[in-house]
Amino acid sequence: MKRLVLLAPLALFVAIGLAFAVGLTRDPSRIPSTLIDRPLPEFDLPPIQGFDKGLASADLKGEVALINVFGSWCVSCLLEHPVLLALSKENAVPIYGVNWKDEPGAGAAWLARHGNPYQRIGDDSAGRVVIDLGVTGAPETFVIDREGRVRYKQVGPITREVWEKKLRPMIEELRG
Amino acid sequence: MLCRNREKSHPEERRRRVAKDGPLAAVLALFLLMSPAFAVEPDEMLADPALEARAEALEKELRCVVCQSESLAESNAPLAKDMRRILREQIKAGASDEKAVAFLVDRYGDYVLLRPRFEGKTLLLWTFPLLAVVLGGLGAAFYLRAQRGGTAPAPLDEAEEARLKKILNERA
Repeated sequence: MKRLVLLAPLALFVAIGLAFAVGLTRDPSRIPSTLIDRPLPEFDLPPIQGFDKGLASADLKGEVALINVFGSWCVSCLLEHPVLLALSKENAVPIYGVNWKDEPGAGAAWLARHGNPYQRIGDDSAGRVVIDLGVTGAPETFVIDREGRVRYKQVGPITREVWEKKLRPMIEELRG
Repeated sequence: MLCRNREKSHPEERRRRVAKDGPLAAVLALFLLMSPAFAVEPDEMLADPALEARAEALEKELRCVVCQSESLAESNAPLAKDMRRILREQIKAGASDEKAVAFLVDRYGDYVLLRPRFEGKTLLLWTFPLLAVVLGGLGAAFYLRAQRGGTAPAPLDEAEEARLKKILNERA
């Protein structure tokens, strides 16, 4: 009995250590999205300077699509840009852009320089819509299903691997 | 010895010590007055001081989702500034403290609260320190009780006493 009592603190320590070890494998900066399986919040963004089509939540109904939050100031966005361009060329999935916190003209200049993968682009220079979407940084991409519900949020750039392993299967499944 | 004492209390020596340690002491004292800098800028603040006070109180309890160890009040991140603005808009529009906070929690989840809510899933988080103290106390109580119950070694008989004295004398 005495043995057991003496071992208890060690056992407790090991248990806590294991819990922390598991916890350390998780990335606390990746906040899970509260929007999953909920309808896309309503928004209606004007076009960015140089374009004539803005982006509204109503534009998306009826098809599986991606909403990509980007900015000309965002370095990681440049990393995923070739992948988005390729996807738009292949017509793999419609991609809609939300230009976050850019000065007038900056977004258009960036797209002119690097290419434009977006069907429509909304101007969120005020940063209000991205807060409704629960965005914490760029790039972030939302997968929207046919009914207009958010099904997945990709935090960080979409690499080829992310596309092949996560997004493409998901989109194919959502398409039925 | 007398000379040393005299040297220490010599006014010249004392002045030298204050000159050396004085600034250090002053800086250390200033540290005590330090408080975290708040990032709210004048153009963000609400005109009504009561509403502004409510906003500032709430900001201290909300987490900046970008610089995640800072509160919304302290963070300089542009997103934090936007979140502060939205919080103030909610308050100005007449939302209660709860509703204004719920607006952000709805979009970012419980993580945006610096102080976790006291509910089922956070029960262990809140009670664990108390549990740890109680368990530790119980463990200590058991251990001490076992110690006191221990028997003292048996007293020596005459032959052993004589041997002991002999050994001690040899050693001395």
